[in-house]
Amino acid sequence: MARAMTFYSTTVGKKVVMAATGVLLVLFLIGHMLGNLQIFIGAERLNAYAHFLKSTGELLWGVRIVMLAAILLHILAAVQITLANWKARPVGYAMKKDIETGYAARTMIVSGPLILLYVIYHLMMFTFLQTPQGLSDTDVYGNVVKAFQQPGISAVYIVAMLVLGFHLYHGIWSMLQTLGINHPKLNRLRRIASAVLAILLAAGYISIPVSVLLGIVH
Amino acid sequence: MKLTLKIWRQESPTDRGRLVSYDMPDAAEDMSFLELLDILNQRLIKKGERPVAFDHDCREGICGSCGFMISGVAHGPQKLTTTCQLFMRQFKDGDTIVAEPFRSRAFPVIKDLVVDRSALDKIVQAGGFISARTGSGPDGNAIPISKKNADLSMDAAACIGCGACVAACPNGSAMLFTAAKISHLGLLPQGQPERKQRALRMVTKMQELGFGACSNHGECEAVCPKGISIDFIARLNRDYMVASALETMEPVKKV
Amino acid sequence: MELNSKVPSGPIEKKWEKHRFDMKLVNPSNKRKYKVIVVGTGLAGGAAAASLGQLGYEVEAFCYQDSARRAHSIAAQGGINAAKNYQNDGDSVFRLFYDTVKGGDFRSREANVYRLAEVSNAIIDQCVALGVPFAREYSGYLANRSFGGAQVSRTFYARGQTGQQLLLGAYAALSREVALGSVKMFPRHEMLELVVIDGHAKGIVVRDMITGKISSHVGDTVILATGGYGNVFYLSTNAKGCNATAIWRAHRKGAFFANPCYTQIHPTCIPVAGEHQSKLTLMSESLRNDGRVWVPKKAGDQRKPWEIPEDERDYYLERKYPSYGNLAPRDISSRAAKQVCDEGRGVGPGGRGVYLDFSESIGRLGKGVIEARYGNLFEMYERITGEDPWKWPMRIYPAMHYTMGGLWVDYNLMSNLDGLHVLGEANFSDHGANRLGASALMQGLADGYFVIPYTIADYLTKVKPGSRPGVDHPAFKEAEREVEGRTKKLLSIGGTKTVDEFHKELGQVMWEYVGMGRNEAGLKTALQKIPQIRERFWKEVRVPGAGADLNQELEKAGRVADFLELGELLAYDALMRDESCGAHFREEHQTPDGEALRNDEKYAYVAAWEYKGEGKSPELHKEPLEFENVHLAQRSYK
Repeated sequence: MARAMTFYSTTVGKKVVMAATGVLLVLFLIGHMLGNLQIFIGAERLNAYAHFLKSTGELLWGVRIVMLAAILLHILAAVQITLANWKARPVGYAMKKDIETGYAARTMIVSGPLILLYVIYHLMMFTFLQTPQGLSDTDVYGNVVKAFQQPGISAVYIVAMLVLGFHLYHGIWSMLQTLGINHPKLNRLRRIASAVLAILLAAGYISIPVSVLLGIVH
Repeated sequence: MKLTLKIWRQESPTDRGRLVSYDMPDAAEDMSFLELLDILNQRLIKKGERPVAFDHDCREGICGSCGFMISGVAHGPQKLTTTCQLFMRQFKDGDTIVAEPFRSRAFPVIKDLVVDRSALDKIVQAGGFISARTGSGPDGNAIPISKKNADLSMDAAACIGCGACVAACPNGSAMLFTAAKISHLGLLPQGQPERKQRALRMVTKMQELGFGACSNHGECEAVCPKGISIDFIARLNRDYMVASALETMEPVKKV
Repeated sequence: MELNSKVPSGPIEKKWEKHRFDMKLVNPSNKRKYKVIVVGTGLAGGAAAASLGQLGYEVEAFCYQDSARRAHSIAAQGGINAAKNYQNDGDSVFRLFYDTVKGGDFRSREANVYRLAEVSNAIIDQCVALGVPFAREYSGYLANRSFGGAQVSRTFYARGQTGQQLLLGAYAALSREVALGSVKMFPRHEMLELVVIDGHAKGIVVRDMITGKISSHVGDTVILATGGYGNVFYLSTNAKGCNATAIWRAHRKGAFFANPCYTQIHPTCIPVAGEHQSKLTLMSESLRNDGRVWVPKKAGDQRKPWEIPEDERDYYLERKYPSYGNLAPRDISSRAAKQVCDEGRGVGPGGRGVYLDFSESIGRLGKGVIEARYGNLFEMYERITGEDPWKWPMRIYPAMHYTMGGLWVDYNLMSNLDGLHVLGEANFSDHGANRLGASALMQGLADGYFVIPYTIADYLTKVKPGSRPGVDHPAFKEAEREVEGRTKKLLSIGGTKTVDEFHKELGQVMWEYVGMGRNEAGLKTALQKIPQIRERFWKEVRVPGAGADLNQELEKAGRVADFLELGELLAYDALMRDESCGAHFREEHQTPDGEALRNDEKYAYVAAWEYKGEGKSPELHKEPLEFENVHLAQRSYK
């Protein structure tokens, strides 16, 4: 335990924790997206899937607790690292140009909290049924369609997924680098893979409200 | 060519400092940036003003003494180039150039463009060595080293310790510097016995000195005059993880 | 005073071994009671400080740079020699010794050179152990390259950064000792005075370059490893900060200065671009393997190089030295370049340059081969000159590079001043009148890793532990007052000329009259001009600012003031050595083919000069040189 705390005390240790929790979160995002995409197969399939998830009971709670812990650790490390980074340059530059870094990398500390806000909103709406529209407990398919038919909800969802895409575009690459997963032959691939994965995830999620709005899913 | 220099002037570590403009009507393309500063300084001395303080020594891009921010980029606009090897032909007639010191909590400004980079020495003192007593080495050919590893080790060892990586990093992190040293020694068989302790000691020291974290922006690699790759940072991370899992940090001991 | 070189008796190959046994050892428990002051942290000083710290001595190390890692050893490109004979091509300790004595044109001390060759192999082993990433073959074994002045391949290298890598090795070892507390490191500290008490060197006075504080440091012995004095020429391949103040102050305190006139000019440097030029950049000599050196036959020819037809070009090295051609040794190629430029046939701005043309080898070998061999050098050339060497032939010109002379030392590397040891380029000992390529790194590390740790013990056994004085000893107070007085004086002159202006003026005189070719009339002119510049310096220089903080002009002023004295001694030594040898070329003494013509009967000695006071002529002490193992012969590279 002492060794783990020492490990965590350095910025490298904190980054590793961020990356490791990042891996869990990305895996979750992939699973969640694959689940959601079943909407394109039909109402029965999606509702059956939702029913199956609920039926797993303790296992579902186990996953929920792990994901919650991952999110909390991810946030804790991010906040601590950001504070340390701000302290590391007390006097700023009069003029500073970026060469290599991009928009996504520089805005991680903005995209992160935005995603968190969205996640809270999202959980309240779909999981805890706390929205005023009065959604059904069993017809998940219907709930989704009903919600996304409101352009406002769809817009928020699409914007959030775009932000997520940006976060992932830097995050996945950064995760591999921090975990030391590199090889001269694979290094070019890491950038491409994280871009592809980020686009696939964002596009996969966004495809649902877009399909609802276009009437493809109804 | 005519240029305007805006140079950070700061009397002492406690002085607030400010940018001061200087007209340079007599710049020439085949002058190095430092030679342009030489000319400015000669003029200032003759006028009874204080010349601009800046670190420099070999002026051939290897000692790592020189370096400051030139219009927002560590060592200026030319890739793979130290400030002393930056020639004025990289600029256009009429340009305004801003020169500021490298900034980081671990690099306090001493005067004008001179900063204290002794933090980098402290990182090396923490563990950036192989504890081979003079005279104790076996024959140089006793341990063959694959050419691939020797070359990669040399890529990392090319670091000149100028501190541009820290200056360019949005987080003021010294990861590229530390990673280069850890990789240089970690890629060689001689460096194996102390490899884990080295990673623990150097990373911990870096932390203590107040450098920021690596957010994988890649700015360090972009300004590094020796083109040290951030792949070495991944290697540092790996070494540090393995070391943390297997060993507890110990202080450096006498042989 | 009798100069005693203390060379041990016996056959040359047994001298060092015998001496190591004869020398006394310091009791391990007594070592920590001795304090050693090391000035300079390049290869010699860094290696010495690290090794002595490991042995248990209390060490204080000083350098003017902001980090020990930046000493100018770092700039050496080519490599380091060792007699490993890994190539199976006939190398041996004796051959390395022989080549070095011959290369030095028979003006070095045989016993020192033999020892250098003897410890060369241990240096490679030590550097490998410290993690120096030397170039390797596909087998995993160490690679070698050839270098000038030898017919065997014995040079070890780490790309074009050998000096850097060797220094980083020594610096890492030093850093470890700093971490352990056995070495205390003082970066940004400049030594401004040596303190001698009753004939023994007992410490130094330094200036903290950040706070301006003058302070004393006491030791049981002092090691100077402060490099050469090439910057007396203003423009040189040395770093801007390289200076002779430490050795010059020691000289003024009684240490003899040996062979100051042995200064090496390197033939392949990038020519001066203009008035603003602050230093010269060396390009690897290997370029001459495939480049052909030429100038137009006609003086003042302003045509573009490609407009000049073959028969109007003068490939003067190939013409004069048909067998060695473009690969003639450093001193010969340098002088030949100067000669054609003096005739008005030089090329480029100011007419001080000759072409180094690759078009023939590009045609013969293809661009790819040349790019693989010299790509990085072509890039460096283009970055500095702005000319594309693939289109225009390169322009090169010789530049001041290395100084073989330095403080006189005996076999134990101790000067005539008891307790003052001098290592590396700062001493005179191993290279005679000319240094071979890849030998400077070898000497620095030999002195620091493998000679001084033994000889210093022998010296310290004669010093009673705990007998060193305190910083309040009157001699230290006196030295501090001297330094403060000098600083104040420099700051108070308030003249109209800058330090650099005087330095450039001195450099021009040195280059013109005491440079590549020297003659009696020119040297006498220099001896007239230098004191005049010095006199004006002390009246007209302007050093701005105060002494109590970082003041780079003040630092320069102190160094230039010392160069203004050293330059005169250098010219005087050159005048008194009325022969040509190695890099010291007196135009009066040359063979019909323009080779240096030695006069062994009269000048086979080390000229060790004793300082006699300001305005007084120095006194010459001669250490005769005997050649028992290498027979005196005229160098020939035809």
